[in-house]
Amino acid sequence: MPSSTDLGRPDPDPTVALTRDGRPVSDRGDTVCVIGAGASGLTAVKNLREHGFGVDCYERETGIGGAWNWRHDRSPVYASTHLISSRPFTQFPDFPMPDDWPDYPHHTQLLSYFERYADHFDLRQHVWFGTEVVRVKPAEGDRWDVTTRSTGGYGPERTSRYAGVVLANGHNWSPKLPRYEGLEQFRGEVMHASSYKDPAQLRGKRVLVVGGGNTGCDIAVEAAQQASRCWHSTRRGYWYAPKYVFGRPADQVNDTLLALRVPLRVRQWLYHRTLRLTVGDLTRFGLPRPDHRVYETHPIANSQLVYHVGHGAITPVPDVTRFHDRTVALSDEREIDPELVIFATGYLPRFEFLDGAVLGDADGSGRPRLWLNAFAAGHPTLAVVGLVQPDSGVFPIAHWQSVLFARLLAARTARPDRAAAFGRKAAAGLGERYSGKVKDSSRHWFEVGHADYLRALQRALDELEGK
Amino acid sequence: MSAERVRIVRSWEWARPERPARREVLAVVPELEEGKRPLLFVPGFGHGAWAFAEHWLSHAASRGFPAYALSLRGHGGSEPAPAATLRSYTHDVVQAAAGLPRQAVLVGHGAGARVVAHALARYPARAAVLVAPVLGSWGTFGTALRRNPVGTLPAVFGGRLRLNRRQLFSRELPDGEARRYVARLGRAGRRAQWQLLTGGQPEPAVGRPSVLVLGSPDDRVVPSAALTRAARRYASAPLLFPGMGHDLMLDARWREPIDAILDWLEKDPAPAAG
Repeated sequence: MPSSTDLGRPDPDPTVALTRDGRPVSDRGDTVCVIGAGASGLTAVKNLREHGFGVDCYERETGIGGAWNWRHDRSPVYASTHLISSRPFTQFPDFPMPDDWPDYPHHTQLLSYFERYADHFDLRQHVWFGTEVVRVKPAEGDRWDVTTRSTGGYGPERTSRYAGVVLANGHNWSPKLPRYEGLEQFRGEVMHASSYKDPAQLRGKRVLVVGGGNTGCDIAVEAAQQASRCWHSTRRGYWYAPKYVFGRPADQVNDTLLALRVPLRVRQWLYHRTLRLTVGDLTRFGLPRPDHRVYETHPIANSQLVYHVGHGAITPVPDVTRFHDRTVALSDEREIDPELVIFATGYLPRFEFLDGAVLGDADGSGRPRLWLNAFAAGHPTLAVVGLVQPDSGVFPIAHWQSVLFARLLAARTARPDRAAAFGRKAAAGLGERYSGKVKDSSRHWFEVGHADYLRALQRALDELEGK
Repeated sequence: MSAERVRIVRSWEWARPERPARREVLAVVPELEEGKRPLLFVPGFGHGAWAFAEHWLSHAASRGFPAYALSLRGHGGSEPAPAATLRSYTHDVVQAAAGLPRQAVLVGHGAGARVVAHALARYPARAAVLVAPVLGSWGTFGTALRRNPVGTLPAVFGGRLRLNRRQLFSRELPDGEARRYVARLGRAGRRAQWQLLTGGQPEPAVGRPSVLVLGSPDDRVVPSAALTRAARRYASAPLLFPGMGHDLMLDARWREPIDAILDWLEKDPAPAAG
């Protein structure tokens, strides 16, 4: 799709300027830089191109798909990973998945979906593979100096100046490991869920799975079938939602209620009622009673966990208090003796190439303060795409975030007044939440309710376009 | 078009996804890949992919365009679907388009153009061509009622819409051929037929495709005023092929409109403003 703004790849000898610390920088004009060619990066490239921008996308791996490409070092997927939101909520809104696919596709199908997306819209030509971003620094005129080099640190660094930057480097690759007393002296095997790939790793072992997220539950279910013993430690009781209710994907049933504008309280009541009638009383199975209402923690979609608990294949246990050399002490004074401990304790976002202050994280906690989880104060040409943990699919959200950003960049020349108003809105709305009350932990930093969030995005888009 | 707002939240569509139906897609691809955009032809109500397979598919392929034709559900070789709605047809088009190797040009004929107009809001087509578009208005309905009351009236009550030879073809087309084509016509779902009149207007297109409208001033289904209106919707004027019937892809001079379409595409129309 040739267009006047398509500048092609950076020339070796462009108009040479200097960065603030005096290194040469090649000026890429109106081109926008996208960091990462995973799902969020790809949709950013596509939508920026569609709005007439030139794009340079940098990808540290040699293929697209990011976290969903199991070949990648940092990919967290394991052999059995399936989607937990059904197809209509997961696909890009303008590029549906094939309708003969199952409701909950497998991760390899998802990768092939991204491959097709990239081919369909000719995106690969804009991606620099095997290139990692070392530094991103603001330059004058709301522009950005992006320094890259070959992945692994080979070759010289080069710096290019861009009209805008999209951060789409993902937030599920840097493992979050809780600190436990005595963990160093524990003789058994310890791993983070990011290293868990295949159920063969569990076979015949006594396994403790720590963490009640979707990954933790998936691994516990696999351990129930493969391991000789499985303990599943969770901090609190959760609502284990089945993937199907009333013969339909549960999220579709849930959105039927949303479409009918049923208030949250009523939805919570209906949800509790449905679970009570279908799954039953979880405390009967030895699981702790949830200490919160549904929708107040990230939803867990797992039909099998309760089933295996009911078959005695999973023993639910409370929090781990400390490790001894062969045993693990639990908060209820019990001691168990696992050979393998898997921490499914999640991930933390990392933007090591960027000064934390740019994203409003001045205290170094690692938590960015953004508006719409995407826009930083004082940096109108910067967007973070895909930094959300919705109760639904991420990809439609990433799509609309990048559409909004592309239209914002376009508005900067066409309607500067509206772009400025957008900037003020961003500064005023930092840290806004788009979900009901959620439990406060780093697990819920980016938690959004998909309907609330997308409506907020719709409002932002309408205001920007003056509609 | 650009004044309408983009819709992000579609709770009903997410909650009630369209039921899939087996689709017939006929394809003629050029022997040598020339990097040209694939075309997806969408026939109107009653027609199947066969209508394009007669002439246009192979002609487009001979000029280097990979050409595909879809039968909407309930038509041609696709799965029967008496309860189909415009939304089901739109689903079929978007699915077929997204299944092509590259970003496609959507070409809709007759009521298929209305389906394409809906599909444009859900798939960023490279460009779109509306051939003798029946975008659905009471005016078009009135014309059809006046010209062919016997064939049109039953459709009002959920019966089959019967188009006759005089509406579809010019006199140049040999009688035998015309008879053969008319015999192959099927019918659209009755709800879809009603929705042509009562259904919601298409949402704004995504991806800013440029849109070409063409038709015949002597079309006995689509009055030329409707053609002009359709073209104005997309900020252009219609290309006219006088002396042809409604079925431009089957009529005796089928070569002229398809050549015009391909010429327009070869100029690589720039994305529409907005």
